Amino acid sequence: MPVWVQVAYLVCAVGFILALKGLSGPRTARTGNLIGAVAAVVGCAIPFFYLDLHHVPLILAAIVVGAAGGFVGARRVQMTQMPQMVALFNGVGGGAAALVALLELRELVAADEFAGSVPWFTLLATAFTILVGSVSFAGSVITFLKLQELMTSRPVVFPGLPVVFGLGLLAAVVLAVVTVVNPAEPVGVVLALVGLLIGVLLVLPVGGADVPIVISLLNAFTGLTVAAGGYVLGNTLLLVAGTLVGASGTFLTRLMASAMGRSVANILFGALKGGSTLG
Amino acid sequence: MNESVTLLTIFVLSVFVGIEVISKVSSTLHTPLMSGANAIHGIILLGAIIVTGSTDNAVAVVVGVVAIVLAAVNMVGGFVVTDRMLQMFTRKKPAKKVDA
Repeated sequence: MPVWVQVAYLVCAVGFILALKGLSGPRTARTGNLIGAVAAVVGCAIPFFYLDLHHVPLILAAIVVGAAGGFVGARRVQMTQMPQMVALFNGVGGGAAALVALLELRELVAADEFAGSVPWFTLLATAFTILVGSVSFAGSVITFLKLQELMTSRPVVFPGLPVVFGLGLLAAVVLAVVTVVNPAEPVGVVLALVGLLIGVLLVLPVGGADVPIVISLLNAFTGLTVAAGGYVLGNTLLLVAGTLVGASGTFLTRLMASAMGRSVANILFGALKGGSTLG
Repeated sequence: MNESVTLLTIFVLSVFVGIEVISKVSSTLHTPLMSGANAIHGIILLGAIIVTGSTDNAVAVVVGVVAIVLAAVNMVGGFVVTDRMLQMFTRKKPAKKVDA
């Protein structure tokens, strides 16, 4: 990677730090958001200038389609429906991270067969991104359905839920270990499906009033998946940006929960213990 | 220094920066901050562009294009929706004092 690229990534990373700093004060919030947007656009332009990318017209077309969809969605949404819009944006981000990790797994499998021994930590980070990205995607879709009142906003609990949830977690751990020991694409795909299941089961028992806190938590999850993806790709900008969102998002989730006088564990698992999660 | 350790160092330091930088957020800004952070992780678009541009397998390109579309929705939609939220704030502010 040329030096100018590394420096440019550093500048963008600083932009994201300033964006978060700006967003946490009322006077500076809009400027902060603007700085973040500029850093993101510059960051995404960088690979076109130093990599010999294939399929450039296709890539540009896909960016235009996605950007137009996001822009129109964000402009049209009613003020009262903004939380579910954020959930949806978060979900697609998590889904994108999982897909990137699946493609990266494919590369790693090929490299493993070719030259042998991909570091175990890289494979673990790939498995983490596939799993948690899928959790974030499915969880965000359920939060969207709840807030949009396309499904009941009351906690949904069925008798075997904790057992199925536990089995899902167990399966995820086993599949992650398999990915590290003997990487293969089908394992990654199954891991993604298990992640979708876990995401659905994680959010079903949460009541409508608590959903914003779950969105914040899933947002932090997506941040961490982006960070892990950055580690796998050896891309410092993805690593820093993802970690910033993961750390600040986790902290923010705790702040939001304590502002409601609740703990995060109580919000997530309260309904399973028989208590109400409607606050 | 080993490259993995360098990346690990960056990760650990970024955790502290991430927490420190938002630690003084006022409670009224919780939702816009969450939304802004959500837009920032749309930077996965960068990763999607790189993996799509470096493969020639047809299935991988299709999956990559889907990832690019999703990531672009996240990034652009995220920043635009955050700006709309904050616009609402600045209009409302004179009537209602922001508490710390």
